[in-house]
Amino acid sequence: MSGEVGVQQSPPPEVIRAVPVRHPGRWVAVGVVTILAAMFAHLLVTNDRFEWAFIVDNMFAPPILRGVWTTVWMTLLAMTIGIALGVVVAVMRLSANPVLSWSAWLFTWFFRAVPRIVLLVLFGNLGILWARLELGLPFDRQLGALFGIQDFSARIFGFDTRTFLTGYLAGLLGLALSEAAYMAEIVRAGILSVDRGQTEAAAALGLRRTQILRRIVLPQAMRAIIPPTGNELIALLKDTALLAYVPVTSELWFQLSAIGARTFKLFPMLVAACLWYLFLTSLLMIGQHFVERYFSRGFDVSRQARVRLRGWGAGQGGK
Amino acid sequence: MTGQAEDPLLRVEQVHKRFGHLPVLNGVDLHVRAGEVAVVIGPSGSGKSTLLRCINHLEKIDAGRIWVAGELIGYRQRGDRLHELREREVAAQRRAIGMVFQQFNLFPHMTVLENVMEAPVRLRQAGRAGIRERAQALLERVGLADKVTVYPARLSGGQQQRVAIARALAMQPKLMLFDEPTSALDPELVGEVLDVIRDLAVEGMTMVVVTHEMGFAREVGDSMIFMDAGSVVEAGAPREMLANPRHERTRAFLAKVR
Repeated sequence: MSGEVGVQQSPPPEVIRAVPVRHPGRWVAVGVVTILAAMFAHLLVTNDRFEWAFIVDNMFAPPILRGVWTTVWMTLLAMTIGIALGVVVAVMRLSANPVLSWSAWLFTWFFRAVPRIVLLVLFGNLGILWARLELGLPFDRQLGALFGIQDFSARIFGFDTRTFLTGYLAGLLGLALSEAAYMAEIVRAGILSVDRGQTEAAAALGLRRTQILRRIVLPQAMRAIIPPTGNELIALLKDTALLAYVPVTSELWFQLSAIGARTFKLFPMLVAACLWYLFLTSLLMIGQHFVERYFSRGFDVSRQARVRLRGWGAGQGGK
Repeated sequence: MTGQAEDPLLRVEQVHKRFGHLPVLNGVDLHVRAGEVAVVIGPSGSGKSTLLRCINHLEKIDAGRIWVAGELIGYRQRGDRLHELREREVAAQRRAIGMVFQQFNLFPHMTVLENVMEAPVRLRQAGRAGIRERAQALLERVGLADKVTVYPARLSGGQQQRVAIARALAMQPKLMLFDEPTSALDPELVGEVLDVIRDLAVEGMTMVVVTHEMGFAREVGDSMIFMDAGSVVEAGAPREMLANPRHERTRAFLAKVR
């Protein structure tokens, strides 16, 4: 009480102007990093094996630009399929139906266990199993034999596997399916991160299960799903280089290494590959930033709110 | 099922519920007539919340029957066998029962207005414009007309709970369930939420309210049950029960909450 009175009477205290703590370690670090950076710059400029002119000449050659284009649309297409299928698999996995749940588990198990490069080469060679792909009644021969008909065939249409399962499609399938397996795990974790009370409140309003999932749970799960999905997209972009082994010949890395092999100047083309992938990845990171901001709407202050809620248990009210 | 007109709006009869081996409800009875307010009191863990959650089938009951407006909840009786209702049928039954939760459970990614409009819009209760008008009227009624475009995280607990009440009312339910609506609120915010519930009672809404606010219970409640260990220990008129509890356990509980 007496303190209050004292504060009112005395002039405001002097603003503190203390001598800041010195950080000699930082200056040492600045020195070391500067020297290393200078050495690296010196290397880039003076070592003529880099052949910068050759890099610039070839980096923007028409086949390389087509390669960039292939890489970009293969990434986007595989990711789109991967996300869509991943959501389906995640929902199946969380379903009460044991058959769905187990098939979803099996799918993720297989596509996460096999390395992407093996998967892609495998898909590239699926033509070995079937010369033709046909659509019709399953097990038609066996069913026909059962009823005594020789060579019974109930097929609507078909096509040659080589024309259908081109490098593109095989590569796309391989990437998309394997991506779906990873996305399924990410989506599942995202769905589980949404508070149960949300589902209950929506159910109490009389919303149906699919409506609750689509309108209430998934939009909130997105907040947990987006950051790892951004990482997945970047990883997928880089993994399109594996398409060279399907093979998808128009792809960026295949083209760059082809020029390298033809001209015996592999190293400059490796540098060109680094530059292209750095550029594309940076673009994606910018996009990710905006998507994350969109899906965190309504949540900017909610974290504080949640902390406040917990505080009530300990008897701390207010802000 | 004869003479449905005289039947209470909510009939809970001999309801049993257990979680694994733990019995939570042991033969609970509760009748609430249309326009009446039933108050449920009791210590935590006595099964009050579970009872409410059974009424709109968020929990499946193990034995007994629950009827709301003459409709058996969660099941269909064919001959002497009960058939589980489909998911869509359960959802349809829940539309007649509004529920307000202790932790509000507003949808954080939607504005206040979107929260209130969501269910009626998805369930095509009316045209979008009509629903918006009704939602705005409801928000005005709970005193939040100026908050329609705000996200829930921006609101105080009391405001959030009032939005939650408006959201439940938007489905035009016949019965409202309140599960400790003020227990998560700062003391100075309790009043504004109780005021809204009191207004609803005056307007003739049928309600079951689980609460620890004894003053409110005495004032608004038409009937009261005291639950302990999954059973109804004592039932009666709130004024009478709070003034002269007949049962020893009721007396002990009331002595502690006052």
